[in-house]
Amino acid sequence: MLNFRTNTFKNGIHPPEHKRETNGLPIRQFPFAPVIILPMVQHIGAPSKIMVVEGQEVVRGQLIAQADGYVSVPMHAPVSGTIRKIVNVPTISGKMAPGIFLEAFPSSTQEVQEGTPVNLESATTEEILQGIQNAGIVGLGGAAFPTHVKLKIPEGKHCEVLIINGIECEPYLTTDHRVMLEQAQDIFTGIRYLLKATGATRVIIGIEANKQDAVDHLEANIPNDLQVSIKVVPVKYPQGSEKMLITSLLDREVPSGGLPIEVHAVVVNVATTAEIGRLLPHGRGIQERVITITGPGIKKKGNYLIPIGTPLRYVLEQVGVDGEISEVYMGGPMMGTAVSNLDISIVKGTSGILAFTEKDVIRPEKIYPCIKCGACVDACPLFLNPSRLGILAKFEAYDQMTEHHLMDCFECGSCSYVCPAHIPLVQYFRLSKSIVRKRQAAAKQTLEYVQ
Amino acid sequence: MYSKTLHISTSPHIAGGLSIEVIMRNVVWALVPVALFAVYTFGLNALMVLVTTVISCLLTEHFLCKISKKESTISDWSAVITGLLLGLTLPPIFPLWMAFFGGVIAIALGKFIFGGLGYNVFNPALVSRAVLQAAFPVAITTWFPAFTDNRFSVVNASVFTFPFMSPGVDGLSGATPLAAFKFDQVITNNSDLALGLISGSTGETCAVLILLGGLYLIVRNMMNWRIPVAILGTVLVLSGILHLIDSQAYPSPIFMLFSGGLMLGAIFMATDMVGSPITSLGVLIYGTVIGILVVVIRIWGGLPEGVMYAILLGNALSPHIDNLVKPRVYGTVKQPQQS
Ligand code: SF4
Ligand code: SF4
Repeated sequence: MLNFRTNTFKNGIHPPEHKRETNGLPIRQFPFAPVIILPMVQHIGAPSKIMVVEGQEVVRGQLIAQADGYVSVPMHAPVSGTIRKIVNVPTISGKMAPGIFLEAFPSSTQEVQEGTPVNLESATTEEILQGIQNAGIVGLGGAAFPTHVKLKIPEGKHCEVLIINGIECEPYLTTDHRVMLEQAQDIFTGIRYLLKATGATRVIIGIEANKQDAVDHLEANIPNDLQVSIKVVPVKYPQGSEKMLITSLLDREVPSGGLPIEVHAVVVNVATTAEIGRLLPHGRGIQERVITITGPGIKKKGNYLIPIGTPLRYVLEQVGVDGEISEVYMGGPMMGTAVSNLDISIVKGTSGILAFTEKDVIRPEKIYPCIKCGACVDACPLFLNPSRLGILAKFEAYDQMTEHHLMDCFECGSCSYVCPAHIPLVQYFRLSKSIVRKRQAAAKQTLEYVQ
Repeated sequence: MYSKTLHISTSPHIAGGLSIEVIMRNVVWALVPVALFAVYTFGLNALMVLVTTVISCLLTEHFLCKISKKESTISDWSAVITGLLLGLTLPPIFPLWMAFFGGVIAIALGKFIFGGLGYNVFNPALVSRAVLQAAFPVAITTWFPAFTDNRFSVVNASVFTFPFMSPGVDGLSGATPLAAFKFDQVITNNSDLALGLISGSTGETCAVLILLGGLYLIVRNMMNWRIPVAILGTVLVLSGILHLIDSQAYPSPIFMLFSGGLMLGAIFMATDMVGSPITSLGVLIYGTVIGILVVVIRIWGGLPEGVMYAILLGNALSPHIDNLVKPRVYGTVKQPQQS
C-alpha cells in the first residue's frame, strides 16, 4: 500500500480545541490556601513515607515525606506552616490514602528552603537521576509516573532520541503552551540534564501547529551551544500520547506491550522538563505546578501556578464558578476524571480543572446497539477494533478480548467520542482490562502456589 | 457554597456529536427528493405504494417491540428508511396489500428475528424485496409507463386488488430498459435514463437525485463513500471492457450505471452500515465484489435486475470480509491470519 509520510500518526480525532479561552493568559501565582491537604499517593508506585509528626513546624520546600523504594518519590512542604493532622484523606480515585493537613502560617514570607544542588557539569548519570527523584518529580502531563524511573535506560538498551512532548492534545488545556512561552530557559536547562541522564544524541521538541507562538519563541531562544530541533506536527488527538508522538516524529512504532526505549526513544513532557531545569540547580523539591482552570462553568479562567495540595474547593472559590455547575473534571475532557468530592486536593499530576454546567454536558439518554458504522475503527490510533471489543465485552469474553489486543488500548477515548450509538466503549475497556489484570495476577499466584 | 451534588461521568466527557437518530434522519432527508420525484413521475399510484410501505414498516416495528416487551424503536427512524427503500424498489402499481405485506416481511424477517437494528445481517428492504419477488413474480415485474397524462387523477385498479388476490393483467406492463435491452435489444437514451424519464420501479429512475442524496450524506460524513465508488467503479470498468470487446452483445457502461436499481442500490442500500464490513479495506472489497456480481448477474444470469441479489450476497459476505481483513494492530508485525 502507499505510505505517505505525513508527520503524524494514522487515525485519531479532531475534537473542538477550546484553547483560545486560556492560551493568551499568562501564568499567575495562586494564593496559599489556609490549609493544604497532601495525599501521599500522587504518583504511580509506592506511597511516600511520612517523616513529620503532628504539631511540627515545617518550612516551604522542606522534605516531609520520603520515597518508599525505587518506584516512588518524596514530597516537600508546599507552604511554611504547622502539621495539623496526619490522617487518611480522600483522593480522586475515591479511595482514601494517608495524608497530611498542613496549616499555613498566615503572614510568612514563604521563602523556599533549598537542598544540595545537582551540578550539571560534574554530576554523573546516577546523580542526576537521584536528583530528579529527590526533587519529587513525576510526569506532569497527567500520568504522574516517577520521571527518574522512566529515564533509567535498562541494561543493554540505548537511547538515541530525547523527545520533549509539547503537544498538549487534550482540548481546553494550555499549561504546556504557557510553560513553553514563559519558561524557555528552564526547558533548555532541563534538556541539558535529560541529555546527560539518558545519553541521547539528539533532542526533538514536538509541538502541535496550534501553538506557533510557542514554536517561534523556543526557536528564538535555543542556546548557541545546544542542538535542539523543534518539529511542528498537525493538530490531532491523541498525538500527545508517547506512542503516537514517536510515530509522528520518528515514523517508528513502539512494539505492542513495550516501552519507547525499544525504539531508542525517551519521551518527557515539556513542563516536567522545565521543572527539572528549575529545581535541580538549586536542589529544590516540587511544591507547585501550572494548572489550566477553564470550562464554561468557571468565571476567572486562566493558567495558575498552584501549590500542590490546595483543596479543590478552595481553588473553585477563588476563581468563581457558575451556580449551575454539574460536573468537574481533573485533567482534560478526553481522559480526565470526574470529581465527586470537592474536598480532594490538587496533586502533582493535575494538569487541568474543568467545570461544565448542565447544558454543556452531553449525556446521551439512550445507548443503541453497534451499527457497525466503523467510525471507531477509523478513530483508534492503535488500529484496534473497538466495535468488536465492545461486543465481546458485553459477552464478558475476556480471553477473546485479549486476543483482540484489549491490553494495548490506552483508554484515549477516541472510539467513544465518535460512536454515534453512544456506546461507552472506553468504560467497557477500562473495566475489562482491570478484570483481565486481576485474573492474570490470580493465575500467577496459583501457579506460584502449585510450584 | 457548592454543596450541590456533582455528577460523575466517565471519560471522555465530550462527544463527537453524531448520533444514530441524526444519521438515520438525514438518510430520510436524502431519500425524500427521490421519493418526491417518483411521485411526480408515476403519480398517485407511487405515492400510495410509498406511504403504505413506510406505514407498514413503522407499525410492524412498533408492534414487534411491544409484544417482545421492549421500548418501541420507531423513533430511531431506521424503519422509515426501510419503508422508503422498499417502496422505491417496487413497481408503481404494485397492489397495496402486497406492499403492506412487504413492509411486515422487511421488519419481521429482515431485521427483528436477527435481534433488531444493528444485528441484522441483510438489508431489510432487500430481504423483503427478494421475498416479494418469489411470492408475486408477476405483480413485481408489471411495470408502468412514466408520465401518463392522468397520473395525478386516476389510481390504477390493480393497486386496490383485494388481499390474497392477484391483480388482473390489464395490459399495463411496459418493459423496463434493462429487460428491453436484454430480451429485445432496445437501447434507451442515456440522458433519459439519468434524468429518470423512463419507466422502472418507483424510485429506480432518477439517478441524478439519488447521486445528490448520496453526495449530501457523504459530505456530512454519514455515509462511507468507498462503497458506492467501489460498486459503481467496478461496474463501469467491467462493463466498459465487455462493451469494448463486443458492443453488440454487451450494453454500454453508462447504460449499465444508470439503469435498473444500481444507483439506488449502490448509494442507499449497499451502504447500510450494519450489513457492510467495518474496515476501509473491507468496504472496498465488499463494493468491488458487489460490482462484479451486478455485471455477472445482469449479463449472464437470468435476471436483468441483478443488483438486489448482488447486495444480498455482499451482505452475507461482510462478516467474513471483516474476519479476513483485520488491520494490523499498532506495534505488532503482520501475523498469519487466524480465525
Ligand atoms: S480508547 Fe482504546 S480502543 Fe478506543 S480509540 Fe483509544 S486506544 Fe483505541
Ligand atoms: S462507532 Fe459505535 S456504532 Fe460505530 S462501529 Fe464503532 S461501536 Fe459500532
